[in-house]
Amino acid sequence: MKYLNEYRDSRLVQAVIDEINRTITRPWVIMEICGGQTHSIMKYGLDQLLPANIELVHGPGCPVCVTSLEMIDKALAIASQPGVIFTSYGDMLRVPGSHGDLFTVRASAKDVRVVYSPLDAIKIAQDNPEKQVVFFAIGFETTAPANAMSVQVAQKLRLTNFSLLVSQVRVPPAMHAILGSPGNRVQGFLAAGHVCSVMGFWEYVPIADRYKVPIVVTGFEPVDILQGILQTARGLENGTYEVINAYARVVTFEGNKPAQKVIQRVFSECDQKWRGIGTIPNSGWRLSHEFEDFDAEKRFEVTGIKPIESPLCVSGQILQGLIKPFECPAFANLCTPEHPLGATMVSSEGACAAYYRYGRSS
Amino acid sequence: MTDQLPALEGALCPVPLPHKDRIVLGHGSGGRMSYELISEVFLSSFNNTTLAIGDDAAALTIPCTNGRTGSRIAISTDSHVVTPLFFPGGDIGRLAICGTVNDVAMLGASPICLTAGFVLEEGLEIDVLRKVVDSMRAAANEAGVQIVAGDTKVVQNGKADGLYINSTGIGLIPEGVDISGAGARYGDAVIISGTIGDHGIAVLCARGELHFEADIVSDVAPLNGLVRYMLEITPDIHVLRDPTRGGLATSLNEIAIQSKAGILLYEETIPVKPVVAAACEMLGFDPLYVANEGKLVAFVSQENASRLLVAMRKHPLGKDAAIIGIVTNKPGHGVALKTTYGTTRVIDMMSGEMLPRIC
Repeated sequence: MKYLNEYRDSRLVQAVIDEINRTITRPWVIMEICGGQTHSIMKYGLDQLLPANIELVHGPGCPVCVTSLEMIDKALAIASQPGVIFTSYGDMLRVPGSHGDLFTVRASAKDVRVVYSPLDAIKIAQDNPEKQVVFFAIGFETTAPANAMSVQVAQKLRLTNFSLLVSQVRVPPAMHAILGSPGNRVQGFLAAGHVCSVMGFWEYVPIADRYKVPIVVTGFEPVDILQGILQTARGLENGTYEVINAYARVVTFEGNKPAQKVIQRVFSECDQKWRGIGTIPNSGWRLSHEFEDFDAEKRFEVTGIKPIESPLCVSGQILQGLIKPFECPAFANLCTPEHPLGATMVSSEGACAAYYRYGRSS
Repeated sequence: MTDQLPALEGALCPVPLPHKDRIVLGHGSGGRMSYELISEVFLSSFNNTTLAIGDDAAALTIPCTNGRTGSRIAISTDSHVVTPLFFPGGDIGRLAICGTVNDVAMLGASPICLTAGFVLEEGLEIDVLRKVVDSMRAAANEAGVQIVAGDTKVVQNGKADGLYINSTGIGLIPEGVDISGAGARYGDAVIISGTIGDHGIAVLCARGELHFEADIVSDVAPLNGLVRYMLEITPDIHVLRDPTRGGLATSLNEIAIQSKAGILLYEETIPVKPVVAAACEMLGFDPLYVANEGKLVAFVSQENASRLLVAMRKHPLGKDAAIIGIVTNKPGHGVALKTTYGTTRVIDMMSGEMLPRIC
């Protein structure tokens, strides 16, 4: 696979590891924001190659994990209504709400479908004019352009049977929240390459300045991730705190302008509740006034939902990088991918699932 | 940017979801949920020593009336559901024959005969049924078995997905052959007969939901010829298994549990077609968990491994065969994989349904 194998080359991996070893003189704590990066680190065992005084903590960048329980409950309530075809990215079906998950809803003879793109949901709406088709629009800046575009397409097609249940989240306010928290241990960041491919990295410059942390825009393959760690480590060792782009084959400073334009047109910023973290100001997007008619929350009666949380799971602390998955007393015994207690165990991008799947116990 | 910071909520968690009160699709994935369903519902109720062994087929000794020890037979049954009914490289009919022939062959048995039961949905075109039946006949001829009994039921429109086929197979286990999932021994070499994930990706592409076309055909094939050929090279094969639903990872985990052994795989030795690797990359799947219908894993002692491998590569169904791992003396450690970087990770059974990742 061209453009992938080059970044998995074991000689290159070893060369970067050697350089990291030469660079590091003290212990450092680095957070990879994105769940996709956590997944790669665990899959390739990159943490086993790093020197002991680099500690990686796993950030809240798993869209499935941070979608609030209240929103999951709304999804379950809408999907259970007669005449609804509820469409979602596959991962979300497994996330437990207060009473069941979307698998349970599907097993009760309701129409819940996995789609690969919100445009597939548009097609389903066109093919089923007598049904209400709802798409569960979750995710970070990466999914936002396509989700926003689906609403524009629906408007153009004058579809009255299509709506979005929106739970969009943004990375920079979450980094702000982590760095500003009194218990923060994170000294440097690997920024999420795919998020930056859409948004650019201009938003991170004030964060690096304000909190004096190096932030390195990082890709997802082993060489990419290790390059990100190396650049972050160099910044930490030298006491510099710039935003560096180590994923230049995909990311530019400005980002994808047309995609940003679609987002700005369809969505407006709002406070957002993050599962396990709480409400972060201006950290989400909701449909803007012009597109309110496509808001599933308004179209369906889903008010008065009171989520019930179990006290056992500590996924909130894991999402903030305060503890490691194996430090949770429920990890791998009470909480497994089949019987997840927390959202971090549910998604393949979730830190607990990555630890469980790839067998980390220390 | 704002100065307001959230009050961190701390411990939070949803209510656990055991899925113990209702069947969900994940129970049919062939992974851990299927395994638990079988243990908790079927094994606990049917409870007998033959079933408890947990192989793809049951080995039985036929009692003789004159008091002598009778022949050892293998018997297996399998129900086949697939969407779409026809896919590149095969169809539900070919699948129904090969699936059962292969389950019987995985005890080293030569299949003698099959039965076939059909559940047909009202409205199914007879021409479609005829095409499926023709394909079954062709596959049965290829495997050298006859379909000697059958059954047909019709259900209302909407109550089935076109047609379902159940097939049962009986085979004769040759003398001196003792193959079981419990037979893996410390030091054994693990051999795979060819590339993994071809069937799963071919069927997924044929569904048309992914909107991309890949030049990949299912590997569905009867493996009894290959098994017979392998037994001629060495009858001392300890384990055979065809890694169908749940993929190679799930089959190896089952063998590790049955044999109370650890298994270590070497990532760079596992054969995967580039097109399958690319499709998995796009969808966020791992080829280790994608279904196969014409591949087997064999566990043999190190001294027989190279000889068997060389021979397998001369067989049309084994030309891409490779030694992919060894049995370790770490029972309870399950299956681990050594990456190309020298790091190690655990390879677990598939959890529930195989779901594409969001991004």
